[in-house]
Amino acid sequence: MFRDAWLVTKKDLLIEIRSRIVINQIAPYTLLILVLFGFALDADTETLRDTGPGLFWVSTLLVAILAIQRSVDIETSDSAIDRLMLSGISPTSIYIGKTIGLYIQLIILEVMLFIVMVVLFDMSVESYPLIIASAILTTLAISSSGTLYGVIASGLGVRETLLPVLFLPVLAPAIIGATRAFGDAFGRVSSDGWAWLGLLSVIAIVYTLVGMLTYGNILEDT
Amino acid sequence: MTHVGYLVAGWSISLISFFIYAWRIVRKGKKLSSQVPKDRQRWMTSSTD
Amino acid sequence: MQSTEKQEFTTSRGTRFMGISLLIGIPTLLIFAFLLSPADDNMDDAVRLIYVHVPMAIFAYVAIITTGIGSVFFLWKKSRWWDTVAHASAEIGLILCGLVLITGSIWGRPTWNTWWEWGDVRLVTTLVLFLMILGYLALRQVPANPEMRAKRASVVGIIAAVNIPIINRSVEWWENNTLHQKSSLTDGKLENLTLFTLFLGFIVVGISYLWLMTHRFRVGWMTTEIETAGIAELIEERLNEGNSTVVNSQPQQKDGTK
Repeated sequence: MFRDAWLVTKKDLLIEIRSRIVINQIAPYTLLILVLFGFALDADTETLRDTGPGLFWVSTLLVAILAIQRSVDIETSDSAIDRLMLSGISPTSIYIGKTIGLYIQLIILEVMLFIVMVVLFDMSVESYPLIIASAILTTLAISSSGTLYGVIASGLGVRETLLPVLFLPVLAPAIIGATRAFGDAFGRVSSDGWAWLGLLSVIAIVYTLVGMLTYGNILEDT
Repeated sequence: MTHVGYLVAGWSISLISFFIYAWRIVRKGKKLSSQVPKDRQRWMTSSTD
Repeated sequence: MQSTEKQEFTTSRGTRFMGISLLIGIPTLLIFAFLLSPADDNMDDAVRLIYVHVPMAIFAYVAIITTGIGSVFFLWKKSRWWDTVAHASAEIGLILCGLVLITGSIWGRPTWNTWWEWGDVRLVTTLVLFLMILGYLALRQVPANPEMRAKRASVVGIIAAVNIPIINRSVEWWENNTLHQKSSLTDGKLENLTLFTLFLGFIVVGISYLWLMTHRFRVGWMTTEIETAGIAELIEERLNEGNSTVVNSQPQQKDGTK
């Protein structure tokens, strides 16, 4: 199962390396969001630093929507998904593979976003382990639910508008947790950031499980 | 009685929304049931009610 | 068994009974809420909003959980009955959620001195659920193959129901200063009449929910019936087209073709 999943991941990443959509188009968008936040909040760095953790995750979510749509596009164009199904790979493996592919791309985007934010907003990090741990879990929650919702919203002719409406509320609790954890890691909020990791892992596990169980049902008739 | 405005607002919004929604459903049901043949309106004879 | 006299409606003996109980129940509840029950020591007369707010909140959650259960059973048994239940319950759940938010806001203004309190767990939870159900219903509105749409919607419905405890936890930890009445039902401070009125509110809102559910279910059932009949007709038309001479006959485009 996991070997098949890895094949799907490799395929997705290879397509990305050849087409460079994420790097050439989605990454600059990420930076634009951060710069616009800077303008909107009046470049008062103290405010920017206080809101930094929240801005980071809001930007990540907005970018994730684009990455999800890209990840679904790969499959729906030329009905590639049908061929993938015919090749005998189980829907669960396809789901895991696509989730990992999206995960890796999101992590790369987040690292970039993080570096730019630390520089532009002049932020100092107090706890790198907390940043890494919470990012790993939150990104899993985003990519597992994103892969599932991307397919749910696809093939109906209204994907661009439907996906955010379905996807963003589902991640509201994850964003609360991730923002708190980052706030603590940046030394901006006096809360125990590590306590949030429990909730974040529950969210990530629940979405991954629901995705693994239901992905096949939806895929059957895309 | 205190807070009369709030009370009236809260209750009337709830009741009015309920009645509007109920009325719309019943009217839609009337319209649709004339289009669907009787034998396909399964709930009428099944135990779901 | 129900005779055929009233079959032009989605009414039946059961719903008529519920309807009549509502016609008696709602005025009774109003009399109890406004005239017979006493004002609260802390909330004054604002307590009279509780009699509609709390029951609606409970049944909003009941409705969303019903949607979740219906969705699970639909994916499991592939039965249209459960799918129609899930859809009907979600729509009613949205209205209940909306009314809970509105009445909660109206109640919060005199009691907490604010229309909206981000720190309150149940308020924020209800808001997020409201948004989720909005997405669920948006998906159900999309013109598409009914079965495909039902499958997708049921996944969204399951996630919404599963999210209730998650959102609740997250908001509770988020701001540890909930303003909400902490289990005002159990601390024994409430007077008998207040408790009775609240109980009456539960019954009235509960019957309303069931009444709306039955009617909405039947409307949903017939809508699918018409949709599938439309598709069957279309297939028939296409099949006949092959047999007859195809001169200038534009096939009728219905949105069921997708």
